[in-house]
Amino acid sequence: MANEIERRDFLKLTAISGLGVVFASALPGMARAAGQDDFYFVQLSDTHWGFEGPPNPDARGTLKKAVAAVNSLEREPDFIMFTGDLTHTTDSPVERRKRMSEFKEIVKDLKAKTVRFMPGEHDASLDNGKAFQEFFGATHYTFDHKGVHFIVLDNVSDPRAIIGDEQLGWLAADLRQQKDDASIVVFTHRPLFDLYPQWDWATRDGAKAVDLLMPYENVAVFYGHIHQEHHHMTGHIAHHAAKGLMFPLPEAGKAPTRAPLPWNPVEPYKGLGFRGVDADAKTAKYELSEFPVVKA
Amino acid sequence: MTLNRNALRAAVAAAVVGLSSLGAYVTAQSAEPKEQVIKITAKRFNYTPGEVKLRKGVPVILEFTTQDVFMGFNLPDFNVRADIVPGKVMRLRLVPDKTGTFIFLCDVFCGSGHEEMSGKLTVID
Repeated sequence: MANEIERRDFLKLTAISGLGVVFASALPGMARAAGQDDFYFVQLSDTHWGFEGPPNPDARGTLKKAVAAVNSLEREPDFIMFTGDLTHTTDSPVERRKRMSEFKEIVKDLKAKTVRFMPGEHDASLDNGKAFQEFFGATHYTFDHKGVHFIVLDNVSDPRAIIGDEQLGWLAADLRQQKDDASIVVFTHRPLFDLYPQWDWATRDGAKAVDLLMPYENVAVFYGHIHQEHHHMTGHIAHHAAKGLMFPLPEAGKAPTRAPLPWNPVEPYKGLGFRGVDADAKTAKYELSEFPVVKA
Repeated sequence: MTLNRNALRAAVAAAVVGLSSLGAYVTAQSAEPKEQVIKITAKRFNYTPGEVKLRKGVPVILEFTTQDVFMGFNLPDFNVRADIVPGKVMRLRLVPDKTGTFIFLCDVFCGSGHEEMSGKLTVID
């Protein structure tokens, strides 16, 4: 696939170009003492609460295990971000709300100062985000934390997988308030670039958002949707996909379809996990750590 | 049998009109040869037919309808897509310029089987 960057190559690339993102390979984010400009956040994604099927025989237990795993981290996150598909889609508005309610009840046990949410297409595309907003609030918003400007972009409430001109206008207006060298982190559900449109791994007008972000020197994007770790560069902007917490998906184009990978009883929960991000606001460096749902 | 002058004039005029119409028809057909129309029906969560075979360089009209909800048709390798709106017939002209087998998919989220809603386009020489 064009422009796909393997983790090893990406690490080299960041080391060479000083792109502002580095990876840690094991027990990350724990050894370094937290400085004034340091903070730590956790990204969880694609929990698909309500899904049932052979790809995850522990569909009703995995999220609870993930909550326990986050709570057992040595360093409590400043905040936790769920990057969409909190629930698995259903045609029933009643069932959708039941799933959101159950999800919310489970994740309230997370130990963090703040827990933030954004929708995926499974949460929002069938009702344009109505139920999501009832339970979790706005589908796009910004917040600032220790010098980093965070932007949450909604590319799912429109079932056509578009951000839309109105939200893009909002993004442009927000970015105009930022200095060129501001540290900016974008959260989104779908990739903003054409990762693999053949599997709907794209945002139809995502390039417009990337164009708006391009003038800014320090931008990183964290997203979900593809249920696997993936790293990609559009110019100097790094895009990091997180693992999911219900079932892993195959690598783009490496399987006949994007059907979930089968559950392996020998290695249960393989391919599932969450991410810790050790952020240095001053240098706009983000040290990523990948954690399993259960320790091997 | 004889024709009076007026009747003859009328007959010639009718023939000219007919020829003119025919000429226009032939001209139109020459400029835009009749293209094969392939009807594709979308229904949650599949397309019928799910496999389409075309010849490289031969234009076709893909004609879409949906039996239930708002759908999409996206053929990324040819950079073409269409919305498929309930109650309407959506048409897309395609001239395949390469051979191979390509995925087409629904790119408008339509429910729990959306991710499986795809088909194959095969283009041969």
